[in-house]
Amino acid sequence: MNDTLHVVLRLVAVLVAFLVLPLLVGQTEHKVMAHMQGRLGPMYAGGFHGWAQLVADGVKFAQKEDVVPADADRRIFQLAPAVALLPYLLVLIVIPVGPHGFVGEAVDAGLFFVLAVMGVGVLGSLMAGWASANKFSLLGGLRTAAQLMAYELPMLLAAASVAMAAGTLSLPGIVESYHWWWTLWQLMGGLVFFTAGLAELQRPPFDMPVADSEIIFGAYTEYTGLRFALFLLAEYAGIVVLCGLTTVLFLGGWHGPWAGSVGWLWTLLKTAVLAFIVIWLRVSYPRLREDQLMKFAWTVLIPISLVQIALTGVVKVVTS
Amino acid sequence: MIHSATHHPGFLSPTGVEITFLLVGLATLGAAVVTVTTRQLVHAALWLVVALGGIAVEYLLLTAEFIAWVQVLIYVGSVVVLLLFGLMLTKAPIGHSPDADSENRWVALAVALAAAGTLVWVVADAFRSTWIDVHHGTGQSATKVTGSSLFRFWVLPFEALSVLLLAALVGAIVLSRRRADVLPPAPDGSTAPHGKDR
Repeated sequence: MNDTLHVVLRLVAVLVAFLVLPLLVGQTEHKVMAHMQGRLGPMYAGGFHGWAQLVADGVKFAQKEDVVPADADRRIFQLAPAVALLPYLLVLIVIPVGPHGFVGEAVDAGLFFVLAVMGVGVLGSLMAGWASANKFSLLGGLRTAAQLMAYELPMLLAAASVAMAAGTLSLPGIVESYHWWWTLWQLMGGLVFFTAGLAELQRPPFDMPVADSEIIFGAYTEYTGLRFALFLLAEYAGIVVLCGLTTVLFLGGWHGPWAGSVGWLWTLLKTAVLAFIVIWLRVSYPRLREDQLMKFAWTVLIPISLVQIALTGVVKVVTS
Repeated sequence: MIHSATHHPGFLSPTGVEITFLLVGLATLGAAVVTVTTRQLVHAALWLVVALGGIAVEYLLLTAEFIAWVQVLIYVGSVVVLLLFGLMLTKAPIGHSPDADSENRWVALAVALAAAGTLVWVVADAFRSTWIDVHHGTGQSATKVTGSSLFRFWVLPFEALSVLLLAALVGAIVLSRRRADVLPPAPDGSTAPHGKDR
């Protein structure tokens, strides 16, 4: 009984984090982008500096009519947002926040679980792109698929390098065996992982699949109301998950001064800094063209990640 | 099987796992049958996701956690995405595809039955009544057990498969190269499909 309650409480906590953290990132993006562009951003909703803007947005989305195009494949069109969003909830369960089992549920092969489930989320975009019966959506879906196939490999290789260094696939295990010099040792892998993750989330500068100024948000063109909001939520949940994972794998998670008592704070802080960088990149970089995207993945990221794996192997053999 | 349930009381007794295994197996089989019989091409690919996911659940029930996630990563995450990419490139229509039917379906059925029969016979003959307790390696060491048995006892098949995949890779490159020779080269700048007038 007590155990069941424990598990339920943990899952509820993860659900709350899943509903709150993406909104926090979204609100930060509103304000940070605004100030970087010499604007104020939302100022009225909720009173203090527009803190309730995304709540108001949510209410707005919920009131909108839910339209399914006449020629669309109804069931797949309606299922797609759930397929895009749910994987990130599942991933959030296994990301360790603090020491001594401060994690939704420790999974033995957690690293592979995370990568596998994150790959499934892209199926949602593909389903949306095909089922909308719209050429812009189809183009978006095609670009999504091409991008995923190009960036999945460097991401996997970078993650494999960390697993080799730690000698385990369990995420809490990886953080436990972390030393400060790992960040330097795994620097190339970390950069590759973060970049490839951005591309998988279709965040700028890798947002060719949703390029709103040329293919009108790609796969999401035909979506309205709550279903569109779910896709947006998936994007921000993806940012939280990617930054959390990069923190856990490359920045040492809860390690820092007084890690025993405030370790969870370190994890959240590092995640927040990375999320800020994600927003910063959106403001400061122009969109890459599709062929530049592909070239970058195959000729830059993959060789770097292979070099990182070789380096990890050599150091591991020399030091052990 | 039934008497072992009395030794392991709990929410999911061994028989519970077996029943779940059977039910998931039936669902997987159903999804697989729909995959090859549906007239809608993209639906076939999506049913394939269900079938492959079902196999991953079966691996989980057999406590091979690592294999299950690799199954999801490779097949659901990559192979199906590749399939959908191909279907989108060939403009698979919404609704029935007129050419989704094949003349070869009876031959295909015969081949499928023969392959399934052979596999079931080989597996059943190899293990017969051997009772493998898959639950001894659960918990934090399941992946370690999988890894060590893969690279200690099954390393030769593993390496043979790697060579097979390498051969397939080289073959794919050779095939795509030959086609590039036959086709005339694009008139100008085929590397930049998007116009420069932005």
